[in-house]
Amino acid sequence: MIGADIVLESLKKAGVTTLFGYPGGVVLPLYDRFPYHKEIHHVLVRHEQAAGHAADAYARVSGKLGVALATSGPGATNLVTAIQNAMMDSVPTLFITGNVARNLIGKDGFQEADATGIFMPTVKHNYLVTRAEDLAPTFAEAIYIATSGRPGPVHIDIPKDVFLEDADFNWPKKIKLRGYKINNHVNQDRIIEAANIINASNKPIIFAGHGVIISETTALLSKLSEKADIPVISTLLGIGSLPTSHSRNYGWMGMHGAFHANIAASNADTIIALGMRMDDRALGRFDDLNRNAQIIHIDIDPAEHDKNIKATVPVVGNLSEVLPHLINKVDETNHAEWISWIEKIKADHSQSMSIPDSKNLTVQYVVSQIAKENEENELIVVTGVGQHQMWAAQHMNISKPRQLITSGGLGTMGFEVPAALGAQVANRDAFVWSICGDGGFQMTFQELATIVDEKLPIKFAIINNGYLGMVRQWQELFYKDNLVDVNMSQPDFIKIAEAYGIKGIEVTKKEEVSVAIKEANKINGPVLINFMVESGGNVFPMVPAGAALSETVESAEEL
Amino acid sequence: MKHTVVALVEDKPGVLNRVASLFRRRGYNIDSLAVGTTHEIGVSRMTIVIEGNDNMVDQLEKQLYKLIEVIKVENFTSKNSIMRELALIKVKASSQNRREILEILEVFRAQAIDLSTASLVIQIVAHRDTIDALIENLDRFGILEMVRTGRIAMRRGYTTTTDDEDFNDEDTLRFNSQIGRLTNGNFPFVSD
Repeated sequence: MIGADIVLESLKKAGVTTLFGYPGGVVLPLYDRFPYHKEIHHVLVRHEQAAGHAADAYARVSGKLGVALATSGPGATNLVTAIQNAMMDSVPTLFITGNVARNLIGKDGFQEADATGIFMPTVKHNYLVTRAEDLAPTFAEAIYIATSGRPGPVHIDIPKDVFLEDADFNWPKKIKLRGYKINNHVNQDRIIEAANIINASNKPIIFAGHGVIISETTALLSKLSEKADIPVISTLLGIGSLPTSHSRNYGWMGMHGAFHANIAASNADTIIALGMRMDDRALGRFDDLNRNAQIIHIDIDPAEHDKNIKATVPVVGNLSEVLPHLINKVDETNHAEWISWIEKIKADHSQSMSIPDSKNLTVQYVVSQIAKENEENELIVVTGVGQHQMWAAQHMNISKPRQLITSGGLGTMGFEVPAALGAQVANRDAFVWSICGDGGFQMTFQELATIVDEKLPIKFAIINNGYLGMVRQWQELFYKDNLVDVNMSQPDFIKIAEAYGIKGIEVTKKEEVSVAIKEANKINGPVLINFMVESGGNVFPMVPAGAALSETVESAEEL
Repeated sequence: MKHTVVALVEDKPGVLNRVASLFRRRGYNIDSLAVGTTHEIGVSRMTIVIEGNDNMVDQLEKQLYKLIEVIKVENFTSKNSIMRELALIKVKASSQNRREILEILEVFRAQAIDLSTASLVIQIVAHRDTIDALIENLDRFGILEMVRTGRIAMRRGYTTTTDDEDFNDEDTLRFNSQIGRLTNGNFPFVSD
């Protein structure tokens, strides 16, 4: 068969059913063969970046590999943001690009870009395939690398004539990679060391990261927390690793996390960090995270140990293999005194993370109403990046893994629209609500066309304050109120919705909110609601840039 | 402090690029980098000299391991090892001072390997400090040109830095059992 067929057969072999892509010159030989591989559904996006983000969100929602396809040159370079986004948040994704024919590589021909070179520092691994007979083994290897260990994006670059070259479909029986070993040996000495520290501690706390969700160990997390009576706080991407109703779930930590969570993290005597990379947005100033705590850091990627924070006991491994051993070794106990200390702080400082008692239409009110009106539904929340993202994370009662799809590490504005597309394709029965910033939405709303094509009933909630809210917040607080280029003019979003054949609803008053949400949920198709929220308003609590978690403030006056 | 790190890597296009890119991106300063083939087919060996503290080198080793094509990494600094560099030095040498230069070479166990009426080409294989000392001694004659390689290193005694792990089927099976997130159904890489 020809290379193009080998590519598609390889994807089928790996169980890929959906592909987000955009055609172009050098990938035409591949597109030419799509009609003969009907098992693979190609979602035609309107911009390659969207294909990447959609594949990313598809993977986050389904736990399966997300695949995006683009042509050479501009098609490939448009993927860069999406690839780095998947890299930062460890999302199993495969990016396929076409390249110019082999004899033209390096000759600066039409639509040539060195995609392999450009992507190299943004991927877990990448390949330039120069023979059709290498295609099947490369896909097998690439998919194995993307989905195993700490997942991440893998890129395969394929010259046009390789798609057309004849070769056998030689899918490998085994993958042999001497430079890629996944450690499945749990170091028992480290487990005992860790358990001893936990058993001797009076004020332990668990940091639950994205790794808990990726490794699907939420049950083990709650077991550990219950057996040793340890309060759990999560990172932004760890939200959903315990239900909000869980008695030991104390919310999420970080720059806009709960006040009590940040204070508890700063005052614990033992930190058990699970599947997280000790990011500055989660931990504040590293030096002063907590000088007195012993830190047990469990992560599948040994390079995360001691990278930002020195671990007392680093444990390498998959949480699904490490946690059972640890749970075995920790004592059943209770930390009533510590828990009630946190409870008191939580009660005393609930105001800074509550829905404002205001006549105005606030973001907090809008997002909490969306959560409330979807209590009975299988809700997936997708967000962009900025104030609305933080408020959504604070107020939407996210209680399940894979329920909040948000760009954590890279902080990619515009993620909300294509990610909602990918999320809904991954789960067509869910109620996908995309919480959009009015800035981010304008970056990627061309995908409304794709969403209409694919008949995806996504509900877009534009949180419209007429500002790049988070940037404005920083200009107000840290740049002496010198507002520069944050007050953006806007199109008429309702007309945009109508232009795409989508129902548009304008909401300007508090009392219209739940009516609009209910109406949107009833419509079996995409809906766009333009929530004209109050233009002021800053997100609190807040850890000012460069400050420690213990320096969390609850209002601008404290700064 | 200077560290000497040896990495065995797959002999594939782009590997050098990946390693160099990693150093740049993470802000490591390379003093020297020497790359060559080994007796094992498909395996190249890199010797990297970098300036940094122990923590930094520890982090560097782990980051190197994250590259799929890096097979093995060893930090030689604290180990009993042989370290060598090669230098070719072209100095001005007339018939009057040639003898004097050759005497210096003897002290440093360096050789003259080319000669013209007004110059000598000197070759030295030694530790960096020795080469530096030789250069200092030759300076007054007038160095016309010089080229130095990066450091290469090997452990003393019977111990080796080779790809000592067998790639038997058991290992591969272990891989297969570890297939992260694609667990619905069979491992996709076993042909049916």
